[in-house]
Amino acid sequence: MPHKPQTILEQMLAKGYTRRDFLRFCSYITAAAGIHASGLSKVVKALETKARPPVVWFHFQECTCCSESFIRSSHPIVADIVLDKISLDYTETLQAAAGHQAEEALHKTMKENYGNYLMLVEGSVPTKDGGIYCTIAGKTALSTVKEAAEGAAAIIAWGSCASNGCIQAANPNPTGATPIYKIITNKPIINVPGCPPIAEVMAGVVVHYLAFNRIPQLDGLKRPKAFYSKRVHDSCYRRPYYDAGLFVETFDDENAKKGYCLYKVGCRGPVTYNSCGIIRWNDGVSYPIQSGHGCIGCSEANFWDNGPFYQHLASFPGFGIETTADTIGTILGIGTAAGIAAHAVATNIRKRKIIKHELEHSVKDEELKATDEEKKGGE
Amino acid sequence: MKAAKTKYAEYYQIYVWELPVRFYHWINALCIVVLAITGYLIGQPIAIHSSTEASFQYWFGTVRFIHFSFAFVFFFNFLYRIYWGFVGNSFASWKTFIPYTPQHWKEIFHVLCLDVLQICKKPLKSIGHNALAGLTYFLTFLVFLFQAITGFGLYAGMSDNWFTGLFTWIIPLMGGDFAVRQWHHLMMWFFIIFAMIHVYLVFYHDYIEERGTTSSMVGGWKFIEKPEKE
Repeated sequence: MPHKPQTILEQMLAKGYTRRDFLRFCSYITAAAGIHASGLSKVVKALETKARPPVVWFHFQECTCCSESFIRSSHPIVADIVLDKISLDYTETLQAAAGHQAEEALHKTMKENYGNYLMLVEGSVPTKDGGIYCTIAGKTALSTVKEAAEGAAAIIAWGSCASNGCIQAANPNPTGATPIYKIITNKPIINVPGCPPIAEVMAGVVVHYLAFNRIPQLDGLKRPKAFYSKRVHDSCYRRPYYDAGLFVETFDDENAKKGYCLYKVGCRGPVTYNSCGIIRWNDGVSYPIQSGHGCIGCSEANFWDNGPFYQHLASFPGFGIETTADTIGTILGIGTAAGIAAHAVATNIRKRKIIKHELEHSVKDEELKATDEEKKGGE
Repeated sequence: MKAAKTKYAEYYQIYVWELPVRFYHWINALCIVVLAITGYLIGQPIAIHSSTEASFQYWFGTVRFIHFSFAFVFFFNFLYRIYWGFVGNSFASWKTFIPYTPQHWKEIFHVLCLDVLQICKKPLKSIGHNALAGLTYFLTFLVFLFQAITGFGLYAGMSDNWFTGLFTWIIPLMGGDFAVRQWHHLMMWFFIIFAMIHVYLVFYHDYIEERGTTSSMVGGWKFIEKPEKE
């Protein structure tokens, strides 16, 4: 017998939270999801009346750091709600069911809620050799993701693995690891990159979907604008040192002790879009730059291949590890200078006849004067 | 007037580079020098061990500001030059940049043979750019465009300006800010190497052809030898 699914408010009340807790939760999550304060009533209404859509959470080629991050969300109430429900549906690492039971739960959810469920994916999908490098319940990740996407209302690609391939897709990408948006093209996909993404960002994205039943506003790389529209650099508390031109030269120098900008020791903040500088980690305790280490750009595509991490300019592929654009440029510049010098010498040898001819035909100063005199005399 | 036959060559004066072309050239040269220096500094800031508080310093911000403002001058100066390629004289025309006829290619090989490899003897008397120079400038125009697109694309991330917003598509296309910045930086070296060769070749032509190649970009005039009669 199909039971009427509970709304989020009902779920919370059943768990012993008060309505006041619920409202506090709503206002927190409204802010966290980047929704204007005027949207609060909409969020409250949605969570009061709407049943939360079923969620299936897949794990493919990944390290589970996204899940780890998510369950450490500083406001556990979010994780409680989402995860309690998820465990009823499907997620490899957190569900109570195992083996055939788990598969049954997954297929039941997919069948009963065809077209309505939210599909969350953690990890990239290997595509080489028929996708044999990641199989679950005897099926490849590739076939699972295609099957599940078929009936999904929307897909959230958790972390850098699912949204840009992360380390598995780093050169030479032996398994053909592929981000979700390159496999599924006919469903709304939200990329939430980061290794892992910030827990509050993950919660914010899910709640946005729960509250409004549509995906948040995305940028050109399908990332929610609310969290990924500014660079880590733009909100960095060390930014004034950057503008002042005060940089850490090495990690053990005086400038490092003073907390100067980490730009010259490879900080990727200026090229990385994320909200680490604002939301920070572990309930706002800190983030990499605050701990004295540059950003490694974990939410940007190809960040593993853009190394070394402690160098501002990446090494160029095919030229050896330490070869940067500047090294190549300097070598080419020296080569050019040598070529010019050789050409100048060659010119004086090869074109000596022309040069000699020109010199012979040059008017001499005395001759010019003589011509002037002649003219005067003629007049 | 008696037709005095001298043993000296006689010359026509020819106005080659019009004032807008000369202005474009020197504004462009200034922009490239400033952009390359500031760009290099942005990529590789000099080390300062200072006891002054950050609030009293802004040199890196100033360097970046100069880079950005010259970028705008550079871009619009370039656009103006494209316009002048359609309304200027025949030496400034877009037709001198794109080798779309067999004559262009014939001249390109001639220049390679005569001036670069120096194995041909047959003289070539092109007045404006020769065809190889034209093609090279066309390639630099493509690099100008690339630098403008990648530069404005990177700049758009920190600006609400609608104009730079027109260039944001380059970021996802190249796979992220990092790659865009990397290529933008590498292309700086193209300008440095181009400038070295360009200046050398101007001197070379001036030296070999004695037609005032160097000064033509200041005053606009070149001197063409009258063909010897009889």
